[in-house]
Amino acid sequence: MITRLNVASIYVLDKDEALDFYVNKLGLEKGNDVRQGDYRWLTIRVPGEPGTEVSLELPGPPLHDEATAAQLRELITKGALGGLVFITDDARGLHEMLKRRGVTDFTQEPTEHFYGTDMGVRDPFGNPIRILQQGRAAQKASA
Amino acid sequence: MSREVEDLNRRLLRARDVIDRAYAEPLDVRAVAAVAHISPAHFSRSFRDVFGETPHRYLQRRRVERAMFLLRETDRSVTDVCFDVAFKSLGTFSRTFRKIVGETPSGYRRGHGPIVAPHCVQLVAMRPRAALGETMQSSSFGEAEAASRPRVRVICIVMNSRRTTR
Repeated sequence: MITRLNVASIYVLDKDEALDFYVNKLGLEKGNDVRQGDYRWLTIRVPGEPGTEVSLELPGPPLHDEATAAQLRELITKGALGGLVFITDDARGLHEMLKRRGVTDFTQEPTEHFYGTDMGVRDPFGNPIRILQQGRAAQKASA
Repeated sequence: MSREVEDLNRRLLRARDVIDRAYAEPLDVRAVAAVAHISPAHFSRSFRDVFGETPHRYLQRRRVERAMFLLRETDRSVTDVCFDVAFKSLGTFSRTFRKIVGETPSGYRRGHGPIVAPHCVQLVAMRPRAALGETMQSSSFGEAEAASRPRVRVICIVMNSRRTTR
Protein backbone atom coordinates (compact mmCIF):
# COMPACT_ATOMS: atom_id res chain seq x y z
CA MET A 1 0.00 0.00 0.00
CA ILE A 2 1.34 3.40 -0.93
CA THR A 3 1.11 5.70 2.05
CA ARG A 4 2.24 9.14 0.91
CA LEU A 5 3.41 11.26 -1.98
CA ASN A 6 7.08 11.85 -1.25
CA VAL A 7 8.60 13.78 -4.16
CA ALA A 8 7.15 15.37 -7.25
CA SER A 9 9.28 17.18 -9.81
CA ILE A 10 8.85 20.26 -11.91
CA TYR A 11 11.18 21.66 -14.52
CA VAL A 12 12.63 25.13 -14.04
CA LEU A 13 15.07 27.15 -16.12
CA ASP A 14 17.26 28.34 -13.25
CA LYS A 15 17.49 26.75 -9.83
CA ASP A 16 18.55 29.86 -7.92
CA GLU A 17 15.79 31.92 -9.48
CA ALA A 18 13.32 29.14 -8.75
CA LEU A 19 14.44 28.95 -5.13
CA ASP A 20 14.03 32.71 -4.74
CA PHE A 21 10.49 32.58 -6.13
CA TYR A 22 9.25 29.52 -4.26
CA VAL A 23 10.85 30.45 -0.92
CA ASN A 24 11.09 34.25 -0.79
CA LYS A 25 7.93 35.04 -2.77
CA LEU A 26 5.58 32.09 -2.35
CA GLY A 27 6.67 31.36 1.24
CA LEU A 28 7.72 27.71 0.94
CA GLU A 29 10.92 26.47 2.53
CA LYS A 30 14.02 24.85 1.11
CA GLY A 31 14.18 21.11 1.67
CA ASN A 32 17.28 19.39 0.31
CA ASP A 33 20.09 21.27 -1.34
CA VAL A 34 22.84 18.80 -2.09
CA ARG A 35 25.52 19.10 -4.75
CA GLN A 36 27.05 16.05 -6.32
CA GLY A 37 29.49 17.08 -9.00
CA ASP A 38 27.51 19.16 -11.50
CA TYR A 39 24.19 17.99 -10.14
CA ARG A 40 22.26 19.86 -7.48
CA TRP A 41 19.46 18.01 -5.72
CA LEU A 42 17.24 20.92 -4.76
CA THR A 43 13.80 20.59 -3.24
CA ILE A 44 11.20 22.88 -1.72
CA ARG A 45 8.34 22.01 0.59
CA VAL A 46 5.48 23.48 2.56
CA PRO A 47 6.83 24.71 5.94
CA GLY A 48 6.08 22.16 8.62
CA GLU A 49 5.28 19.46 6.06
CA PRO A 50 8.58 17.63 5.49
CA GLY A 51 6.88 14.50 4.16
CA THR A 52 6.30 15.83 0.65
CA GLU A 53 8.86 17.74 -1.39
CA VAL A 54 8.95 19.26 -4.84
CA SER A 55 12.17 18.72 -6.70
CA LEU A 56 13.28 21.57 -8.97
CA GLU A 57 14.89 20.05 -12.03
CA LEU A 58 16.73 21.56 -14.96
CA PRO A 59 16.15 20.11 -18.40
CA GLY A 60 19.47 18.97 -19.79
CA PRO A 61 22.20 16.36 -19.62
CA PRO A 62 22.62 13.70 -18.52
CA LEU A 63 18.85 13.14 -18.52
CA HIS A 64 18.19 14.91 -21.83
CA ASP A 65 20.19 15.65 -24.92
CA GLU A 66 20.37 19.34 -25.76
CA ALA A 67 17.64 19.18 -28.41
CA THR A 68 15.24 17.53 -25.97
CA ALA A 69 16.16 20.03 -23.27
CA ALA A 70 15.44 22.88 -25.68
CA GLN A 71 12.02 21.38 -26.44
CA LEU A 72 11.27 21.12 -22.73
CA ARG A 73 12.33 24.72 -22.13
CA GLU A 74 10.04 25.86 -24.92
CA LEU A 75 7.13 23.92 -23.41
CA ILE A 76 7.81 25.29 -19.92
CA THR A 77 7.81 28.88 -21.18
CA LYS A 78 4.63 28.25 -23.19
CA GLY A 79 2.95 27.14 -19.97
CA ALA A 80 2.28 23.74 -21.52
CA LEU A 81 3.62 21.55 -18.71
CA GLY A 82 1.91 20.51 -15.51
CA GLY A 83 2.15 22.54 -12.35
CA LEU A 84 1.44 22.47 -8.66
CA VAL A 85 -1.66 22.86 -6.50
CA PHE A 86 -1.27 24.11 -2.93
CA ILE A 87 -3.66 24.62 -0.03
CA THR A 88 -3.73 27.87 1.90
CA ASP A 89 -5.69 29.03 4.94
CA ASP A 90 -6.15 32.54 3.49
CA ALA A 91 -6.22 32.94 -0.28
CA ARG A 92 -6.92 36.67 -0.28
CA GLY A 93 -4.27 37.38 2.33
CA LEU A 94 -1.75 35.37 0.33
CA HIS A 95 -2.71 37.21 -2.85
CA GLU A 96 -2.06 40.55 -1.16
CA MET A 97 1.25 39.34 0.23
CA LEU A 98 2.40 38.09 -3.19
CA LYS A 99 1.54 41.45 -4.73
CA ARG A 100 3.52 43.23 -2.02
CA ARG A 101 6.45 40.97 -2.82
CA GLY A 102 6.34 42.03 -6.45
CA VAL A 103 4.59 39.03 -7.98
CA THR A 104 2.60 40.09 -11.04
CA ASP A 105 2.02 36.95 -13.10
CA PHE A 106 -1.39 36.04 -11.71
CA THR A 107 -3.51 33.85 -13.93
CA GLN A 108 -6.57 34.32 -11.74
CA GLU A 109 -7.46 36.66 -8.92
CA PRO A 110 -8.91 34.97 -5.80
CA THR A 111 -12.34 33.64 -6.79
CA GLU A 112 -15.04 32.05 -4.66
CA HIS A 113 -16.53 28.66 -5.53
CA PHE A 114 -18.76 26.29 -3.64
CA TYR A 115 -15.70 24.32 -2.56
CA GLY A 116 -13.54 27.26 -1.56
CA THR A 117 -11.56 30.22 -2.82
CA ASP A 118 -8.82 29.68 -5.35
CA MET A 119 -6.29 31.74 -7.25
CA GLY A 120 -3.69 31.15 -9.92
CA VAL A 121 -0.16 32.39 -10.48
CA ARG A 122 2.81 31.38 -12.63
CA ASP A 123 6.35 30.84 -11.51
CA PRO A 124 9.02 32.90 -13.32
CA PHE A 125 9.40 30.24 -16.01
CA GLY A 126 5.73 29.61 -16.87
CA ASN A 127 4.76 26.72 -14.62
CA PRO A 128 1.15 27.08 -13.44
CA ILE A 129 0.46 27.17 -9.70
CA ARG A 130 -3.03 26.93 -8.22
CA ILE A 131 -3.67 27.82 -4.61
CA LEU A 132 -6.91 26.80 -2.91
CA GLN A 133 -8.48 27.80 0.36
CA GLN A 134 -10.91 25.03 1.13
CA GLY A 135 -14.38 25.55 2.48
CA ARG A 136 -17.31 27.56 1.29
CA ALA A 137 -16.64 31.27 1.33
CA ALA A 138 -19.10 33.78 2.66
CA GLN A 139 -19.28 35.64 -0.63
CA LYS A 140 -21.56 34.71 -3.46
CA ALA A 141 -20.02 32.40 -6.06
CA SER A 142 -19.03 34.06 -9.29
CA ALA A 143 -17.45 33.19 -12.59
CA MET B 1 18.64 31.29 -30.24
CA SER B 2 16.93 29.02 -27.77
CA ARG B 3 16.99 31.70 -25.07
CA GLU B 4 15.28 34.13 -27.42
CA VAL B 5 12.53 31.61 -28.12
CA GLU B 6 12.04 30.98 -24.41
CA ASP B 7 11.92 34.69 -23.63
CA LEU B 8 9.40 35.33 -26.39
CA ASN B 9 7.28 32.36 -25.28
CA ARG B 10 7.26 33.60 -21.71
CA ARG B 11 6.17 37.10 -22.73
CA LEU B 12 3.45 35.74 -24.98
CA LEU B 13 2.28 33.46 -22.18
CA ARG B 14 2.08 36.51 -19.89
CA ALA B 15 -0.13 38.20 -22.48
CA ARG B 16 -2.28 35.07 -22.83
CA ASP B 17 -2.68 34.99 -19.05
CA VAL B 18 -4.02 38.53 -19.21
CA ILE B 19 -6.67 37.36 -21.67
CA ASP B 20 -7.66 34.55 -19.31
CA ARG B 21 -7.68 36.85 -16.30
CA ALA B 22 -9.36 39.90 -17.84
CA TYR B 23 -11.71 38.33 -20.43
CA ALA B 24 -14.62 40.25 -18.88
CA GLU B 25 -12.99 43.59 -19.62
CA PRO B 26 -13.00 45.34 -22.98
CA LEU B 27 -9.61 43.99 -24.07
CA ASP B 28 -8.05 44.94 -27.37
CA VAL B 29 -5.02 43.52 -29.12
CA ARG B 30 -3.01 46.68 -28.54
CA ALA B 31 -3.32 46.46 -24.75
CA VAL B 32 -2.54 42.76 -24.66
CA ALA B 33 0.40 43.17 -27.04
CA ALA B 34 1.83 45.78 -24.70
CA VAL B 35 2.00 43.17 -21.95
CA ALA B 36 4.31 41.13 -24.17
CA HIS B 37 6.28 44.22 -25.23
CA ILE B 38 5.55 43.49 -28.89
CA SER B 39 3.98 45.66 -31.58
CA PRO B 40 0.31 44.76 -32.22
CA ALA B 41 0.91 43.46 -35.76
CA HIS B 42 3.88 41.34 -34.78
CA PHE B 43 2.09 40.20 -31.64
CA SER B 44 -0.82 38.51 -33.40
CA ARG B 45 1.51 36.58 -35.71
CA SER B 46 3.86 35.55 -32.89
CA PHE B 47 0.95 34.49 -30.70
CA ARG B 48 -0.44 32.32 -33.47
CA ASP B 49 2.94 30.75 -34.12
CA VAL B 50 3.34 29.81 -30.46
CA PHE B 51 -0.22 28.95 -29.40
CA GLY B 52 -1.80 27.89 -32.69
CA GLU B 53 -4.52 30.52 -32.88
CA THR B 54 -4.77 34.28 -32.97
CA PRO B 55 -5.11 36.22 -29.71
CA HIS B 56 -8.54 37.36 -30.87
CA ARG B 57 -9.63 33.78 -31.34
CA TYR B 58 -8.15 32.77 -27.99
CA LEU B 59 -10.10 35.57 -26.30
CA GLN B 60 -13.31 34.52 -28.07
CA ARG B 61 -12.96 30.93 -26.89
CA ARG B 62 -12.21 32.06 -23.34
CA ARG B 63 -15.30 34.29 -23.33
CA VAL B 64 -17.46 31.54 -24.79
CA GLU B 65 -16.15 29.07 -22.21
CA ARG B 66 -17.07 31.48 -19.43
CA ALA B 67 -20.48 31.98 -21.03
CA MET B 68 -20.96 28.20 -21.12
CA PHE B 69 -20.04 28.12 -17.45
CA LEU B 70 -22.56 30.82 -16.55
CA LEU B 71 -25.28 29.17 -18.62
CA ARG B 72 -24.67 25.86 -16.85
CA GLU B 73 -24.12 27.09 -13.34
CA THR B 74 -26.33 30.16 -12.95
CA ASP B 75 -29.81 31.28 -13.93
CA ARG B 76 -28.67 34.57 -15.43
CA SER B 77 -30.39 35.47 -18.68
CA VAL B 78 -28.62 34.90 -21.98
CA THR B 79 -28.44 38.68 -22.43
CA ASP B 80 -26.82 39.13 -19.03
CA VAL B 81 -24.35 36.34 -19.74
CA CYS B 82 -23.50 37.97 -23.07
CA PHE B 83 -22.49 41.20 -21.35
CA ASP B 84 -20.89 39.37 -18.39
CA VAL B 85 -18.29 37.97 -20.77
CA ALA B 86 -17.78 41.33 -22.50
CA PHE B 87 -19.49 40.81 -25.82
CA LYS B 88 -20.80 44.12 -27.05
CA SER B 89 -23.95 42.86 -28.75
CA LEU B 90 -26.28 39.91 -28.34
CA GLY B 91 -26.11 39.23 -32.07
CA THR B 92 -22.32 38.88 -32.10
CA PHE B 93 -22.43 36.79 -28.94
CA SER B 94 -25.06 34.38 -30.25
CA ARG B 95 -23.34 34.01 -33.62
CA THR B 96 -19.90 33.48 -32.10
CA PHE B 97 -21.26 31.07 -29.50
CA ARG B 98 -23.04 29.00 -32.13
CA LYS B 99 -20.01 28.87 -34.38
CA ILE B 100 -17.76 27.69 -31.58
CA VAL B 101 -20.11 25.46 -29.59
CA GLY B 102 -22.38 24.23 -32.36
CA GLU B 103 -25.65 25.26 -30.71
CA THR B 104 -27.30 28.41 -29.45
CA PRO B 105 -26.70 29.70 -25.90
CA SER B 106 -30.23 28.81 -24.81
CA GLY B 107 -30.00 25.43 -26.52
CA TYR B 108 -26.74 24.75 -24.72
CA ARG B 109 -28.33 25.73 -21.39
CA ARG B 110 -31.21 23.30 -21.90
CA GLY B 111 -28.81 20.43 -22.51
CA HIS B 112 -26.31 21.02 -19.72
CA GLY B 113 -26.36 21.29 -15.96
CA PRO B 114 -23.66 22.05 -13.43
CA ILE B 115 -20.42 20.05 -13.57
CA VAL B 116 -18.79 18.64 -10.50
CA ALA B 117 -15.15 19.48 -11.05
CA PRO B 118 -12.78 22.03 -9.56
CA HIS B 119 -13.07 25.39 -11.21
CA CYS B 120 -9.42 25.36 -12.30
CA VAL B 121 -10.03 22.07 -14.10
CA GLN B 122 -13.05 23.52 -15.86
CA LEU B 123 -11.06 26.60 -16.91
CA VAL B 124 -8.42 24.45 -18.51
CA ALA B 125 -10.40 21.52 -19.81
CA MET B 126 -13.80 22.89 -20.75
CA ARG B 127 -12.74 25.59 -23.16
CA PRO B 128 -14.39 24.69 -26.46
CA ARG B 129 -12.13 23.32 -29.14
CA ALA B 130 -11.87 24.78 -32.58
CA ALA B 131 -14.93 24.11 -34.67
CA LEU B 132 -14.90 21.25 -37.14
CA GLY B 133 -13.50 22.26 -40.49
CA GLU B 134 -11.34 24.89 -38.89
CA THR B 135 -7.70 24.18 -38.30
CA MET B 136 -6.05 25.62 -35.23
CA GLN B 137 -3.64 27.47 -37.49
CA SER B 138 -6.46 29.34 -39.21
CA SER B 139 -6.18 33.07 -39.12
CA SER B 140 -9.90 33.61 -39.50
CA PHE B 141 -11.69 35.14 -36.55
CA GLY B 142 -14.47 32.73 -35.84
CA GLU B 143 -15.71 32.25 -39.38
CA ALA B 144 -15.76 28.49 -39.09
CA GLU B 145 -18.78 26.41 -40.02
CA ALA B 146 -21.12 25.64 -37.20
CA ALA B 147 -21.11 21.97 -36.40
CA SER B 148 -21.83 19.72 -33.48
CA ARG B 149 -18.92 17.87 -32.00
CA PRO B 150 -18.15 15.82 -28.95
CA ARG B 151 -17.91 17.97 -25.87
CA VAL B 152 -15.41 17.52 -23.12
CA ARG B 153 -17.06 15.86 -20.20
CA VAL B 154 -15.51 15.96 -16.78
CA ILE B 155 -17.27 13.26 -14.83
CA CYS B 156 -16.23 13.79 -11.24
CA ILE B 157 -13.12 14.75 -9.38
CA VAL B 158 -13.20 14.51 -5.63
CA MET B 159 -11.62 17.68 -4.28
CA ASN B 160 -11.27 16.56 -0.71
CA SER B 161 -13.14 14.73 1.97
CA ARG B 162 -14.73 17.91 3.28
CA ARG B 163 -16.24 18.98 -0.01
CA THR B 164 -19.78 20.14 0.39
CA THR B 165 -22.44 19.60 -2.21
CA ARG B 166 -24.78 22.26 -3.44
